[in-house]
Amino acid sequence: MTAASLPTHRDEAWRYSDIDAVAAAWPLPAPESIMVPAGGELRRAIVQDEGAIRQIELTLGKGAVAKLHVLNIGGAYGRIELNVTLHEGADFALGAAQIGGGEQVLEIITTVTHAEPGATSRQRVRSVLGGTATGTYLGKVAVARGAQQTDSEQDVKAMLLDRSATANAKPELEIFADDVKCAHGCAIGELDAEALFYLQSRGMPPAEAKKILLQAFVAGVFDGAEDEARLQELALAKLGELV
Amino acid sequence: MLKIENLHATVADKPILKGLSLTINAGEIHAIMGPNGAGKSTLAYVLGGRPGYEVTEGSVSFTPSPCHPRESGDPGATLADATLGPRFRGDDKGELDLLALEPHERAAAGLFLGFQYPVEIPGVSNVQFLRESLNAQRKARGQEPLSGGDFLKLAREKAGLLKLDMDMLKRPVNVGFSGGEKKRNEMVQMGILDPTLAILDETDSGLDIDALRIVGDGINAIMRRPDKAVLLITHYQRLLDYVQPDFVHVLAAGRIVKSGGPELARELEAHGYAEVAA
Ligand SMILES: Nc1ncnc2c1ncn2[C@@H]1O[C@H](COP(=O)(O)OP(=O)(O)OP(=O)(O)O)[C@@H](O)[C@H]1O
Ligand SMILES: [Mg+2]
Repeated sequence: MTAASLPTHRDEAWRYSDIDAVAAAWPLPAPESIMVPAGGELRRAIVQDEGAIRQIELTLGKGAVAKLHVLNIGGAYGRIELNVTLHEGADFALGAAQIGGGEQVLEIITTVTHAEPGATSRQRVRSVLGGTATGTYLGKVAVARGAQQTDSEQDVKAMLLDRSATANAKPELEIFADDVKCAHGCAIGELDAEALFYLQSRGMPPAEAKKILLQAFVAGVFDGAEDEARLQELALAKLGELV
Repeated sequence: MLKIENLHATVADKPILKGLSLTINAGEIHAIMGPNGAGKSTLAYVLGGRPGYEVTEGSVSFTPSPCHPRESGDPGATLADATLGPRFRGDDKGELDLLALEPHERAAAGLFLGFQYPVEIPGVSNVQFLRESLNAQRKARGQEPLSGGDFLKLAREKAGLLKLDMDMLKRPVNVGFSGGEKKRNEMVQMGILDPTLAILDETDSGLDIDALRIVGDGINAIMRRPDKAVLLITHYQRLLDYVQPDFVHVLAAGRIVKSGGPELARELEAHGYAEVAA
């Protein structure tokens, strides 16, 4: 996963990245490596609020369960890269939100490899982008030969607050087994004008109305998070800066 | 209370309102009837300030605080109160240029819009949004916010008035509500927000026989007061049996083409628009 030399926009996983910011951080430290043993459980929240590149390699042993929650909001360039390997019957869930304004470049890059049969992976990613910010989700799900009964889902949505903001969303499947269920959906939209007017007609100022709609848009991803209240609070504060 | 003069408005560059004039005084209930596509909802949206509804000519003045101060609520909390921002104080007669206000400011000034098609908002609970809305209105008027407990008490009372299960108010706004429940929810919101002027766009459509009576009684309980007024947009006489109007108007092709007393609604029901308003 760590490139030997500085990546360029020609490298698919760095296509939308802020290469100058990557260069400034180069060479990257070795990725953090996390191993959940067979039957083990992991629940972790990751908050990126300073403009960092975080690379995590996560391996789930047989029947292991991991729930990761990610809030990507800080700095000029913030990247969270997850490389997940699932062994037999493992269960991986990711709930992520990235919220950016100004000229921020935020990205969540995942590679989930179903190495053995019967594993499940669910990824839910919500991006809210204003100004000229760019938010990217690149998610690859690889199903190895023989990894039957794989069940994977990618549910990716982005909301653009300004016409000048950019969202990139690319779920990608690489499947070498025939008995698999791989679902992916992705949608990029704007705030619902009708809902906004409805809230305002009741007396809610536009910024409050936008905030409450955006809060509803991202809220679900943190359900059951280790530190749910704190994540919601940080997300809400960041949304408040954008509206 | 409301004075609409020669109002012209377009939607997507298409002229819809074409010189509409209407005056509503405090204490009055007006009904507007008219054929589909005549511009009734457009009028409601223009008064509410919906983006995309452009006024090209005419004026609307709104006087939210008649001479008598409101009895309910905080003492001295009328809109003419000197503590209010200049946007809500109006001129020396308390008249506001309604069209110059943002939608949320119109609400804070005392206008309520009952939607023909109430909007569903997933993920946002009724109580959360109504409490924030009410407190935003109160703040704009220089009043203290209502505490969570006081708000729930108020919400429970109004839900009870409209016989809407309080549990529904805890659910996301209108999501999964039946057509009739949505309309009753509009009236619960009206009860909680306690407006001076309510514009109710086909609040009776989609209601069953019992719900129609409940909503009619609710409108009377909340709005039939000497310092308030209502504009009812409806297609049917049956709502007017419960909420008796002082005036009935026919809106056709973007203008009020005929006005009369309650008997006009019955004539229309019996003979149709073509004959009565020709
Ligand atoms: N976004 C729009 N673009 C173009 N035309 C529109 C738009 N919205 C409304 N109209 C048109 O404006 C006209 C008036 O519509 P409006 O909804 O005000 O009618 P109405 O009197 O409320 O009718 P109904 O009794 O069916 O509710 C209609 O001809 C409608 O097609
Ligand atoms: Mg209509």
